[in-house]
Amino acid sequence: MTGEPLLSVEDLHVRFGTERGLVYAVNGVSFEISAGETLGIVGESGCGKSVTSLAILGILSRNARVTNGRAMFAGRDLLTLNDEQLRSIRGREIAMIFQDPMTSLNPVLTIGRQIREALETHFGMDRGQADLRSTELLDQVGIPSAKLRLKDYPHQFSGGMRQRAMIAIALACEPKLLIADEPTTALDVTIQAQILQLLRDLVSERDTALILITHDLGVVAGMCERVNVMYAGMFMETGSADALFARPRHPYTLGLLQSVPRLDAGRRQQLQPIPGAPRNMLSPPAECPFAPRCRFEVEESRQAVPPLEELESGHHVRCFNPVPAEEWQRTRVGGAA
Amino acid sequence: MLRFVVRRLLLLIPVLIGLSILVFLWIRALPGSPATTLLGERATPEAIAAINEQYGLNKPLHVQYFAYVENVAQFDFGDSVTSRRPVIDEFGQRFPATIELAFAAMLFSMLIGLPLGFFAAKRYGGVLDQLSLVASLLGISVPIFVLAIILKFVFAVKLGLLPTVGRISVLINIDHPTNFYVLDALLAGDLEAFWDTLKHLILPAIALGSIPLAIVARITRAAVLDVQNEDYVRTARAKGVAPRTVDTRHILRNAMLPIATIIGLQTGLLLSGAVLTETVFAYPGIGTWLVEAIKARNYPVLQGGILFIALVFVLVNLLVDLSYALLNPRIRLS
Repeated sequence: MTGEPLLSVEDLHVRFGTERGLVYAVNGVSFEISAGETLGIVGESGCGKSVTSLAILGILSRNARVTNGRAMFAGRDLLTLNDEQLRSIRGREIAMIFQDPMTSLNPVLTIGRQIREALETHFGMDRGQADLRSTELLDQVGIPSAKLRLKDYPHQFSGGMRQRAMIAIALACEPKLLIADEPTTALDVTIQAQILQLLRDLVSERDTALILITHDLGVVAGMCERVNVMYAGMFMETGSADALFARPRHPYTLGLLQSVPRLDAGRRQQLQPIPGAPRNMLSPPAECPFAPRCRFEVEESRQAVPPLEELESGHHVRCFNPVPAEEWQRTRVGGAA
Repeated sequence: MLRFVVRRLLLLIPVLIGLSILVFLWIRALPGSPATTLLGERATPEAIAAINEQYGLNKPLHVQYFAYVENVAQFDFGDSVTSRRPVIDEFGQRFPATIELAFAAMLFSMLIGLPLGFFAAKRYGGVLDQLSLVASLLGISVPIFVLAIILKFVFAVKLGLLPTVGRISVLINIDHPTNFYVLDALLAGDLEAFWDTLKHLILPAIALGSIPLAIVARITRAAVLDVQNEDYVRTARAKGVAPRTVDTRHILRNAMLPIATIIGLQTGLLLSGAVLTETVFAYPGIGTWLVEAIKARNYPVLQGGILFIALVFVLVNLLVDLSYALLNPRIRLS
């Protein structure tokens, strides 16, 4: 991690206007990512992971507003650019892969057409050049007889192949940053591993930075150097994947880890789900948003939002009463015994 | 694809047989007969019997029906009782008029309905959206004959901008090789006649197109609202595709699937004759032809005309189904 970060997001706030009132979806998110780095953003459904990435690209739905924050990318604040300026960045500098490959491809256009579209938009390639390049891309993402498959429609591809095609589209213009929003959630476990391997290879070949958004801790552990754990539109714990998975210090991170089934756990060992449901987001947080579900709650938790504090070098936690560093190891050993 | 078309065409045969029996019985169940129409109320029983003998109407029903089917199988649909001309000739003259009118009406409804629905959806909840809802409600609920009479009164009678009746002015004389008057005028190279035939189409087309317009606008609005939240539209935006391309290539292409259905069905309906519009504008199409035939108990015209309409309706539906395969690669016809 040397020099200027590729993307630096500071204090991002996003709200949605809904019939039930304002939804405070993202409440002050800050992070950086450098070229070639892989950053994980982990959290439950509805915690604001996807909204964060859509806000960076400026493709939020119409009822959403970015109310505060900066997103510096190559010396420009993405949040202040107009749509035309953003369009020259979307797909070209920052590309995105979405969760559900079944619905993320246009059903009435051929796969080739959908890859070509990115190339035509950003490089003004003609049909012949674009077709050559598309074939090359499909080949790189591991689709056999790529040239023939360009003429296929999405419904003629399997789920895994569609996600490969999505990756080909995203990488078509050699972006500097790739945001993968739950790229494997909709796929079989065996396909998941293949897709993740593919992503890892392509990203490291090109020195592309990758933001991997997921709720799957296993995916993050295997892919990312740094991890941000998100809850109720805020980062609760950030740090290197190694530190975070060895010594989780936020009760929420600990809860996530304890609720993952483990093959090495004892047969009698019960999973420990996190009690309660995620916070309703209809008001801005005035207390620790996790407090109502927290075993480690202290009096202060109900009075103010805890600040994100550095407990070890590079390991930040938003908690008034962090979990003891050895807690996770202790419970794991206890479980396995 | 070919097998699909052939099978659908073969399915037409039982439909047409069933329909012909129904029509055959239905018109004979009406009081009165061709004889009373031709001879008037004071006709002598002998004269009536002579007419019935001439048209074979004194024979048992099943004998009449089989004789009719035998003739139809040889493409002989009989002669009109009133004009004495072959039914098929009259149809050949009337049907192009109806096609012209239906086409003009659908053109009108699509040219206005599609953009109206599209922009209403794009500005969902906005002023244009509210206006489009009111307009489509009006379009559906105002009876055609009311609208037709208002249009005629304002634009033809008061303002004198457009002709009131017919397909072409009486003073203009051109050949009618196709019976599509607009086409005939073009073929004759007569610009004045061309403009005249168009002017005759405007008011009937607007009156007739008002309902399809409202329906097309509503379906378009609903389809666009539906499609614009699809994931693949977001994918297109994330690619950096320009908004206009997103609208046309991604949103409209997909929204066209339900819209094409509606357009096809409405076209089929319009082709089966717009009785009210044609009556108000004294437009010599299929609608007025059949109404006159009912009044005159003109059995051959009714029997033939309704069969033709059924045929047209089924063929239009077939075309709609074929268009699905073009619009939607997920549908394979088999």
